Order: sequence, then structure tokens, then C-alpha cells
Amino acid sequence: MWDYSEKVKDHFFNPKNAGAVEDANAIGEVGSISCGDALRLTLRVDEDSEVIEDAGFQTFGCGSAIASSSVLTEIIKGKTVDEALDVSNQDIAAELDGLPPEKMHCSVMGREALQAAVANFRGEEWKDDHEEGELVCKCFAIDAVMIEEMVWANKLRTVEDVTNFTKAGGGCASCHEGIEEILERVLKEQGEDFDPTAAPAAPVATPEPEKPGAMTNLQRIKKIEQVLEEMRPALIADGGDVELVEVEGNTAYVNMKGACSGCGMAAMTIGGIQQRLMEVMGEYIKVVPSSEMARIGA
Amino acid sequence: MTDIYLDNNATTKVDPLVVNEMIPYFTEQFGNPSSIHKFADGVARGLKKARKQVQELIGAEHDSEIIFTSCGTESDSTAILSALKAQPNRKEIITTVVEHPAILSLCEHLEKDGYTIHRLGVNKMGQIDLEEYTKLLTDDVAIVSIMWANNETGTLFPVEKLAEMANAKGIMFHTDAVQAVGKIPMNLQDTKIDMLSISGHKLHAPKGIGVLYLRRGTRFRPLLRGGHQERGRRAGTENSASIVGLGKACELALEHIEFENTEVKAMRDRLERGIVEQVPHSFITGDIENRLPNTTDIAFEYIEGEAILMLLNKAGIAASSGSACTSGSLEPSHVMRAMDIPYTAAHGTIRFSFSRYNSMSEVDEVLKVVPDIVAALRKLSPYWDGDKPVEDPEQAFAPTYA
Repeated sequence: MWDYSEKVKDHFFNPKNAGAVEDANAIGEVGSISCGDALRLTLRVDEDSEVIEDAGFQTFGCGSAIASSSVLTEIIKGKTVDEALDVSNQDIAAELDGLPPEKMHCSVMGREALQAAVANFRGEEWKDDHEEGELVCKCFAIDAVMIEEMVWANKLRTVEDVTNFTKAGGGCASCHEGIEEILERVLKEQGEDFDPTAAPAAPVATPEPEKPGAMTNLQRIKKIEQVLEEMRPALIADGGDVELVEVEGNTAYVNMKGACSGCGMAAMTIGGIQQRLMEVMGEYIKVVPSSEMARIGA
Repeated sequence: MTDIYLDNNATTKVDPLVVNEMIPYFTEQFGNPSSIHKFADGVARGLKKARKQVQELIGAEHDSEIIFTSCGTESDSTAILSALKAQPNRKEIITTVVEHPAILSLCEHLEKDGYTIHRLGVNKMGQIDLEEYTKLLTDDVAIVSIMWANNETGTLFPVEKLAEMANAKGIMFHTDAVQAVGKIPMNLQDTKIDMLSISGHKLHAPKGIGVLYLRRGTRFRPLLRGGHQERGRRAGTENSASIVGLGKACELALEHIEFENTEVKAMRDRLERGIVEQVPHSFITGDIENRLPNTTDIAFEYIEGEAILMLLNKAGIAASSGSACTSGSLEPSHVMRAMDIPYTAAHGTIRFSFSRYNSMSEVDEVLKVVPDIVAALRKLSPYWDGDKPVEDPEQAFAPTYA
């Protein structure tokens, strides 16, 4: 049984704006019947102000697909088309108090339906460019297609490479067999053999001029702290917080507090922090809860 | 209204009589049956009785043909890996596309190790083609593994006949019978089945206990080596309480097998007839004439299974679905796809599976709510318009997707 939030259940059992809107002038149809979820979003948009006056959905799909559709219509009603386009799939999931990783694609479908409807309103052709594969890493919701593309694009050779580039496999590690299978397949296509004992590839040179070695350790710690400071307001808004405990080599130990600590999303949050740090620092940084440090030290 | 449990192919309630039988083996009869003292003596006798009880239910010739394992999956793995190990020159396996993952995942894994896997396809009723099967029976085949009853549709394969055909060519035959044992009569000593898997929790015994039936004389290599338990064929201290429980459960299953095929079947029949009569665009999947008496799998077109289950659950009814979303994968059930059920129906299949604990009044309760649940979800469906599907559904709603 999926661990759905109360909000998901509420939107499923009492869907808002079900059915097609009369006189709709923006229609988006997305999804895939083979995958078992498909959505038609109908909007009535004021031609002058571009305000979405009414929204309705028709969904073939599971509980979270119906809930995502329902909450989407609630979010965008009253917004202008441009404002509505700023709604991300994370916004949809957040409004539902989160979705299980396997179900995040339901929120993606909502966002795509919206884009398709707006394109339809503007007389444009909307083309979906994302392809979805089998979910490999459940901790960070990374699918096989994403991993495969990154392996091709960045000449990845090891599981560690894949984790560094996609985060896949960086959580509970139970998907490492699946990642190895992808590596084996792709490397074979490239005429190479997968070597599980190989050292990870050197990180691809980043466009940033700063080389990791260019900073002193103190500078790096300050920089990491600065990034965390920037991220704290968002965490605090969600009832959590983070503090830097120690930096050892490329590992940053952090203390997750409040709503973040111990919650199922802590791994996601840490993944997000790690991603941001890697972007800013231009090097591979591993973010680890400080509890892990205590355990290693003990 | 008390909750109605119609998911007995997933697992069953442990019979209270089984629990009673087990309790002494947690308390006073806690000894290790291998020991030489009075604490062990009673346990050893308990295991012996249980072995007899299992033997009687499946009609095995000898009680030593019963090997206790930890579950159906272990029995399946033991059977297949033993056949490969015992016959290193045979590198092929014959199975079907509709097996349980306990067989399919193992075969997929073996394929990577260089074994050839022949997966027989099925027709719209879920039955295999005997001619195709015959052609595959060669000296390269180490083992045939074909389930007795399908867990989703309840469809029965003619395993007795399939086993004879394999035997005539000198090929070992295994059947995953976890859904069949206790629901249909069987007498293994009159068949050519070499190995058969049982899972305790499918027949009102606890979880964590299984059996591999191994016909005397069948070449065998253990999966777990260690102590001399199960005559060295499955090492590890016996799960004595569960073994005793499974024995009692088998005795009770044998007592109720007539009831299963009359009363339980009548409940199943009434439910599926009622649903198909009341709900337009719904149909029963599988081979309706050759099915377990307790199982029905009904496809509700144009809606999705998990959504149906959530609404059923809200109404206090437990069932299960072949929809993709209930498993977290993107594809609907491999069984539905193998039978070529269209996607618009495959995602909306619901399996109701009964046991002797269900009642006719429960069937009536379910029949009261199912039509409304289906109607409510169809109202949300882009493939539905008013009281019927949209015209030419595939054309009318063709979403964009990569």
C-alpha cells in the first residue's frame, strides 16, 4: 500500500474540478495508456487578460494521478497563463504534501498537461521531450533512461561515477546491481567491458575556472557554509534546518534538524544540498548526515 | 460493516486451529529435534506428523518426499537450480511468460549466466500451445517449470499432461503449485511431476514456511548445505512451530476441499456474474472453464486498478489489481499483457480471491458498491462520456507522449 498523504487521499476521494470545462479554449492531452496514466486538461482562458477562469480534468490513472490532476486545477485557477507556467511538478507534489518517489511522474504529467494546454491556447505545437524509464534509484527517483543518457554523455565507467553525476545509488545502495547492469549494457555498445573494480573516472572538467585544488581548505569550508546559509530559509520554511558539522576531504557532514531529521524526505533534502554544493563548488562533494560520522568514529 | 477480505491469493488468515496446534512448539516443545533428550522427542514427533499431513493432501507416495523450506520462492529456486547443477550438460529451461516472479526473475538471472530460457506464450485465455511445447522438449532441456494455477486469473495449466510429455522425453518437470495446493484435489503419486512447490501462507498456515515435494529417485542437489536436516537436502534448524502449523493446515485443507469446490466456488460465481451483469464494459479474464474455484479476475475498461482498490478499501473491501501503479512499475501485469488484454482494460483488472472464511452475505455487500465505484471513476476518465465510452476511444483521446 502506498504511503499517501492525507492531502493526496482528500483530492482523490473528493476530486475538485472533475470533468471537461464548457467552452474550453485550451486543451492539453498527455500521458500514455500503456503506462496506465493519461490526462486531459481543459481550461477556459480570458483572451485579453490571459487569466485562467476555469479548469477541469479528466484522468485515467491511479490515486496519485487523479489527486495530482485535481490539485493542479486548484493551483492554476485565477492565475494568468504565464504565472501558471511557473508551476513546477515539485509545486504540485508539495501542494499534496509530497508523493512517493515511484509516483512523482504523476506530478510531472500534471505539469506537462498544463504546458500542452497553454501551447494549444497559443496555437503552438507542444512536443514532449522527456522519456521515462524504469525507476532504478528509489531514494532519488532516478530512472534508467536518465542514467543511460548520463553514462553515454559523460563516458561514465563505474557505479561511483553514476552516483556522482546523477545521485542514483547514493542513498540506500540497493540499486547498485541495476546500475551495474546499465553500465554493462552501455559499455558493451561502446565496445568496452564493464570493470567493477575500475577506479572512478576523473571528473569532467567544469567550465568554472576555479579548480578544486585552487581553494584552501578554509576557503572551501567557508564556501560550503555560505551555500548552506542560502538554502536554510527554504528548509526552515518547511519546519527543518541544517548545520555544517565537519568537512573531511570531499565529504561534508551535516546535522539535519527539525522536520528534516529522520523524515523520509531527509535523503531527498540531503541530495538537494549535495547537488547545489556540487554546482557551486564545481567539484564532487558528498553530503553525509553527521550521525554517520559518529557511527564511523565509534 | 466489518471488513471483507477477498485477497486470499495474496495471503490467507492463519486458521485458529492451526495457531492452537503451533503454540506448544513455542513454549514447552521448544527443543531442537536433532537433540537426544526429551525436549527434542516431542518436536521430532510433531514434524513427523506434519510430514504425513502434507503427504496426504498432495497424494505423495512417501513422506520422505516432503522437504520443508522457508517459502514458495525458496522451493522454486531449489528445484530449478538443483536440476541445473545435477545435469551440467543441459543448459535450457522451459517455462511460460505468465509464471510468478519467483520463477521469471530467476530465469532472467540464469539467462545472463548463459542458460537458454524458453518462455511459452499464451493465448487470450491464458493457455499455452501444446505443439510449441512439444517441439521444445529436447535433450538440452534440464527442467520444465510450469505453474499449476495462475495467481492472477486462477487459470489452470494441464500440468499432469505436460509432466507426462516431459517425462516421456526424459526431462524433469517442476510445478509452482502455491495457488493450487489445498484448492483442487491432487494425487502426485499418479503423475509424472518430479518437483512441486507449496507455500504455507496461501492455505491458512503462517508465512515463512514452504515445501518442496521431491519425487523419490529424482536427482537432487541442495541449495542450502550444512546440517543433516531434511535428510541433508535442506540444512538449517527446522522451523518446528510453522512446520506443525502447516501440517495442520494441510489436514484442514483436505477436509475442506469439497467445500472449496462447491460453496467457495458458488460465492465466486455469484460475485462475478453479478458484476458482469451490472457493470457495462467489464469482463472476466483467463480460461473461465479451467480455473481455481476461488479466483476471479475482472477487467473494468477505461479506468485504472489502483484507483478502484482505493475506493474498495474505503468501503472496507480488500482485493488486488494487475495495474502498473500497484507495483510501482510502468507496465501493467505481465499476465494481462501476455493474454493480449488491451491497455485500457489491463490497467483496470481487479482480482477477487475467496477462502472458506468468506460468506454469501459478503458477496452481496461487494455487489452493492462495485457498480458505483466503477461509475464514479469513469466519470473522471477521458475515455468515458456520460453512460458509455467515447466513440472510438483510441482516436478520441490520443495523448502526446514520448
